[in-house]
Amino acid sequence: MRTGTLKQILLITDGCSNQGEDPIAMAALAKEQGITVNVIGVMENDVIDDQGMQEIEGMAMSGGGVSQVVYAKQLSQTVQMVTRKAMTQTLQGVVNRELSQILGNRQTVEDLPPDKRGEVMEVVDELGETVELEVLILVDTSASMKQKLPTVKEALFDLSLSLNARSGQNRFSLFVFPGKKNDVEKMLDWTPKLESLTSIFSKLTTGGTTPTGPAIREALTYFKKKKSLRSLLSRDDDEFYEESI
Amino acid sequence: MMMNSMKSQFNVNRGTVIDGKWHQNRYLIEKELGYGANGVVYLAKFRNQHVALKMSDNGISVTSEVNVLKSFSKVQGSPLGPSLLDVDDWKTQGKVISFYVMEYIQGPDLLSFIKQKGDSWTAVLILQLLSDLDKLHKAGWVFGDLKPENLIVTGPPPKIRCIDVGGTTIQGRAIKEFTEFYDRGYWGLGSRKADPTYDLFAVAMILINCAYPSRFNKDAGGLEQLKERVKQSKQLQPYESVILHALQGKYHSALEMRQSLIENMQGSTGQQQTRMQKHTKPAQQAHATAPLKQQKKKKKGGVAETLMLILLISCLYFFYIYGQVI
Repeated sequence: MRTGTLKQILLITDGCSNQGEDPIAMAALAKEQGITVNVIGVMENDVIDDQGMQEIEGMAMSGGGVSQVVYAKQLSQTVQMVTRKAMTQTLQGVVNRELSQILGNRQTVEDLPPDKRGEVMEVVDELGETVELEVLILVDTSASMKQKLPTVKEALFDLSLSLNARSGQNRFSLFVFPGKKNDVEKMLDWTPKLESLTSIFSKLTTGGTTPTGPAIREALTYFKKKKSLRSLLSRDDDEFYEESI
Repeated sequence: MMMNSMKSQFNVNRGTVIDGKWHQNRYLIEKELGYGANGVVYLAKFRNQHVALKMSDNGISVTSEVNVLKSFSKVQGSPLGPSLLDVDDWKTQGKVISFYVMEYIQGPDLLSFIKQKGDSWTAVLILQLLSDLDKLHKAGWVFGDLKPENLIVTGPPPKIRCIDVGGTTIQGRAIKEFTEFYDRGYWGLGSRKADPTYDLFAVAMILINCAYPSRFNKDAGGLEQLKERVKQSKQLQPYESVILHALQGKYHSALEMRQSLIENMQGSTGQQQTRMQKHTKPAQQAHATAPLKQQKKKKKGGVAETLMLILLISCLYFFYIYGQVI
């Protein structure tokens, strides 16, 4: 069975953006292109203020993803949970759309009697296990993140451990913002193995502004480029869902 | 979407009546029992009986857990998890909240029970847990999120039960839910693919947890740190080899680990006795089959002897006849 690909941006940050486009709008732009935006706010000794919180929640909401603000210690557990939860959410959305096409009247899983839901859930579970996943990791490297980077590294390691236990394919790429020259800088190209990021993290320098919005916009083009190349060879991803369920 | 911990997410107090939308059952909430990332569990009354009612605004996780509980009921003779009584929706303030109702399992959690009743219960309860896990594994599942908080000791007579089945995963898939301390991936000692050894690792960590109730963090990580901790604890001495085997995934089934634990316990009681007894007792128990084997050998020896005799006599007889003929 050919499986489609879920696309996610995982944004790890510790505060408010202060440069460029509105990141919430950029997250909405991502959603329009079928890319889910998940946001994790990391705290250590500092606390994320109200404005930062609102931005984090706003990005996840308009990006169709999941957000959570945690202390650095809980980051590993959170990163993998958020990613999986967003996957299930997206798949559930796809299944819901299919259901409402079959049943009509905008019916979703919740409108089915509880006994019937189980079977639908099994389909979602099965898809979550086998679907291909692309995660573009976007790490904030502004000055205040310096202390947290080792924890971020560990959490990403842990993420690949969790996702690689699935039978579906995974591809990861890593970007940091602000980059040395541009708003965003590619650190690791699409790869199934996140282990290769160990050496990258020791080279990272922190400092500068927090251009979250431009970073998301840039990241999107990266998905696009890849998609246009691949779409020459393969069918459109949406098609798959219509056929497979 | 923001994922808060679910506490105070629902406005449900003592005396709230939950009306099921589909099955029209009525539940009277008595108090909150606990909450986690996936919802809140309440103690409720239904037809004058206590039941546990789990509520979540995430219908997905409710359905997923109900699926697991349903398949638990198909595992014969394994009362590890609570039995499922009802699944329904509750309409309140324009919102629809999914919930399910299960048997109320009452009792202290594993660590409090052992603290209360003494260390001698540790092995008994772990043995119970292992035989239940074995049945679950044979049915094609892995429990996943095994930890003392999820283990309740009911009774009397004391019997270990699990209360949170959210992590239960079909073998071969990625573990759905886990807790770092009990997760072999966290310690760098294996993958997060669901197989029986994943649960056995968690059982070993639960044993370690009994000696270190406040747990500890990973530093250098890996097997060395855990080995060191096990060695440092007097309480863990009798289980040392079992723990180390399980941590390294050397047991293929829960039953194998169980057997090993039993043998170990017998060995360690022998150690506490006098030297003479120490020599005789483990030998007798560990090699209970040995005398039988010796008897068999004797029997075999007897047959060979008879054959030799017959052969010898027939040889002599042959020569005798040969001599007579000539």
